[in-house]
Amino acid sequence: MYVAVKGGERAIENAHAWLAEERRGDLSIDSLTVPQIREQLSLAVNRVMAEGSLFDPDLAALAIKQARGDLIEAIFLIRAYRTTLPRFGSSAPIETGKMACDRRISATFKDLPGGQVLGPTFDYTHRLLDFKLAADGEVPEGPTAPATGADVPHVTEFLNQEGLIEDALPDDTTPRDLTREPLELPADRSVRLQALARADEGFTLSMAYSTQRGYARNHAFVGELRIGTVPVEMEIPELGFSIEIGEIAVTECETVNQFKGSKTEPPQFTRGYGLVFGQTERKAISMALVDRALRWEELGEDFEGAPAQDAEFVLYHADNIQATGFLEHIKLPHYVDFQSELELVRKLRREATARTQQEAAE
Amino acid sequence: MTDQAYNFAYLDEQTKRMIRRAILKGLAVPGYQVPFASREMPMPYGWGTGGVQVSAAVLTPEDRFKVIDQGADDTTNAVSIRSFFERTANVETTTKTEDATVIQTRHRIPEVALSEGQILVYQVPIPEPLRFLEPRESETRKMHSLEEYGLMHVKLYEDISRHGHIATAYAYPVTVEARYVMDPSPIPKFDNPKLGDNPAIQLFGAGREQRIYALPPYTKVVSLDFEDHPFDPSKADHPCGLCGAENSYLDEVITDDAGGRMFVCSDTDYCEDRQASGHRGKDAA
Repeated sequence: MYVAVKGGERAIENAHAWLAEERRGDLSIDSLTVPQIREQLSLAVNRVMAEGSLFDPDLAALAIKQARGDLIEAIFLIRAYRTTLPRFGSSAPIETGKMACDRRISATFKDLPGGQVLGPTFDYTHRLLDFKLAADGEVPEGPTAPATGADVPHVTEFLNQEGLIEDALPDDTTPRDLTREPLELPADRSVRLQALARADEGFTLSMAYSTQRGYARNHAFVGELRIGTVPVEMEIPELGFSIEIGEIAVTECETVNQFKGSKTEPPQFTRGYGLVFGQTERKAISMALVDRALRWEELGEDFEGAPAQDAEFVLYHADNIQATGFLEHIKLPHYVDFQSELELVRKLRREATARTQQEAAE
Repeated sequence: MTDQAYNFAYLDEQTKRMIRRAILKGLAVPGYQVPFASREMPMPYGWGTGGVQVSAAVLTPEDRFKVIDQGADDTTNAVSIRSFFERTANVETTTKTEDATVIQTRHRIPEVALSEGQILVYQVPIPEPLRFLEPRESETRKMHSLEEYGLMHVKLYEDISRHGHIATAYAYPVTVEARYVMDPSPIPKFDNPKLGDNPAIQLFGAGREQRIYALPPYTKVVSLDFEDHPFDPSKADHPCGLCGAENSYLDEVITDDAGGRMFVCSDTDYCEDRQASGHRGKDAA
């Protein structure tokens, strides 16, 4: 009998033991190591770091191993771990203009200072299964060129010199921290960008795609996409100046969006912005498009009723850890509420049947 | 076996302080949903993270902790949450309602009356009673602040005109101290009368939705109804098959594939207690 089952505790332990066995798989096959995952499944690691909001490739790789490759489960492990970490302070804003770029492309200018650098991209690969990888997977060393070491200027700065793009004025107010304060609406852009940076990649992609298909179309060009490493600096109060505490890899996308002007703004190009941990360009581009769609109000545009314009809809449904938890909780026992529904439906049916019979008799 | 790597009851002290502030505010304004910065817990959202954070914030090492889900101490999620606090807070646990100082619950209020000094912590999936009438949080918060509950009454009235009854069987909305309309979490409406005038402190935690609300002891709580359609806390019209109780909330259990079924108390502790003192139902072995 399910309800009166005793020994839920033992059942849970046994289920966990079985899970551990399944995770390990066939014992005659070598176990995956965490460094292997970190080095060879690095895009999965990047996604886990980005949506887990924690930059630590080793922990992300461990989470992927523990989650049997289920990335949302891995993100969940990282988020739960992140809760327990003490907070020492905030870093200074990173300077993406000083990024050591692995990849930097612009879709709006054929050539530009700093050049077009394709970097390690799938973009022009033919998606043909490479059976050589099934055999050994050793690759010849790629050609290299010396790094220039020069700063790579942002493309949007060139447009700005002509006043063709809206100003992005510096703002020194301390942004709210979504992980320390409840989400409250209306949410300013910094809160929206935080939420999007850790939002589910699939959700963000679909929202961005919907704008391209006409639900709040905002005519986005990839002004610039850059991927690389930036130093992270933190001001140490005892020292009175900031020191470099490490380096992180990020993907930054700035879109340039056509804009015909509104009641309050002149015709000019407008901006969408995406910044995500690691090499995560699909996410960064999606983020920039959704960011732009959410800015309709400050730019004096009309609300078209499109999902991607609706901050409440986007922000409340973008987090995959919230979504998956609530979705999956319907697996938990609900027999108490179901029982009360059963009673109600039976009662309503009894009354409906009685009514029909009475009408038939009349 | 406390895990030394984690603080007492998992959360750090700053986070617990933040949650306690929200709880105190909730107690000061009964039925009002206080936003709080819910943390990611090591169990999924929707599985009791709000309740777990509230419990973590109120537990002390001297507490005796009980966890029920659907009224039962031995359902899988109750077992899981109990073992979480055994592991991270090393508190004593119990299944006896009378012995517990803190009870975390999902979907039930224990049958045995609670007493002063006890805390009942509810896990809440959707704290907003108006949510299924108005999906926007920005709108529903406005409706609460203006005490604009007409929509809810219209919904209940439409139920009556269509079905002859208010067609809400669980998570039946209540008015607290003649001010806020509150969702009592998905407890069956049978439990609603126990919400009001209760000597225990009742705390409600919704982790994913980042809300805490509360009922201080002896708060006036009224289930919404109409004069000509008074609130009716109905339940299955059977006695418990195991202990014979006439007035407890029952689960229906299908016993064979020929339509056989029995009704048993959903509150396992209550049922076992009655059986131990000699009460027998018709299906008792």
